[in-house]
Amino acid sequence: MLLNQFLLLAAVLFCVGVYGVIVRKNGVLVLMSVELILNAVNINLIAFSTFWGLGGQVFALFVIAVAAAEVGVGLAIVLLIYRNKRSIDIDELNELKG
Amino acid sequence: MSLLAAAAATAATTFDVPANIVFAVLSVFMVIAAIRVVTTKNVVHAALWLVVVLGGNGIVYLILQAEFVAMTQFLVYLGAIVVLFLFGIMLTRAPLGRSDDLDNNQRAIGVTVGVALLGVLGWALLKTYGNDKLTFQAYDQATAVNGNGRTQALANSIFTDYLIPFEVVSVLLLAALIGAIVLARRD
Repeated sequence: MLLNQFLLLAAVLFCVGVYGVIVRKNGVLVLMSVELILNAVNINLIAFSTFWGLGGQVFALFVIAVAAAEVGVGLAIVLLIYRNKRSIDIDELNELKG
Repeated sequence: MSLLAAAAATAATTFDVPANIVFAVLSVFMVIAAIRVVTTKNVVHAALWLVVVLGGNGIVYLILQAEFVAMTQFLVYLGAIVVLFLFGIMLTRAPLGRSDDLDNNQRAIGVTVGVALLGVLGWALLKTYGNDKLTFQAYDQATAVNGNGRTQALANSIFTDYLIPFEVVSVLLLAALIGAIVLARRD
């Protein structure tokens, strides 16, 4: 197995996630795209841990924990936006625009 | 006898062929599913395609012989986070059927950024790691030191070298929990 096959898969998933963050308008779908990005990073960490020791796996576990926290708080924020504006359309949140 | 020795010598490489086949099929599925997550017109379908990507991620960890992380991936992502997403979809009364109002009008920018990023990343990876093979040397060393497999080595690593980050992560989870409750409760 080549190292690069894992790294390239992760790169493709990362770029798809970035595309999703840019293009999606629904708040929940943006959070899903962020999950794609975080998972791509985890593949990289684990692929490198086969070379450099188990630290990569430990950090992958930390990333999973932080992703869980991020989704919890993120969905709470999306829910709050929905309650105040009756919509989770991110393009409508433009109150900072002059 | 020499046949046995030859078989033992190639044992490490014969594992490669099935692993590569599994990886090839899996990566095609994962990329298609990821693209469906960001292009589908149906919010619930996006969450279900996300299950394919996250599960495939877990199997990739298994191919990379990281069993503990793979199990954590299945439990945390498939068991908790996808369910949380489905709750989010239901609670925000997202359109459950087809909806043409999920994307904004930045598709050209998105495709440009995505393809350019992929080009740069792919070029850098191919240039840096060309044909490097996976050797699992670090796992073999960890197993040699601990004697009882990689999961024990991982646990030792978390609770000695990475103890303080581990505690910080647990405090972060607690803060996120309290924060989510404070944000989401009605009063």
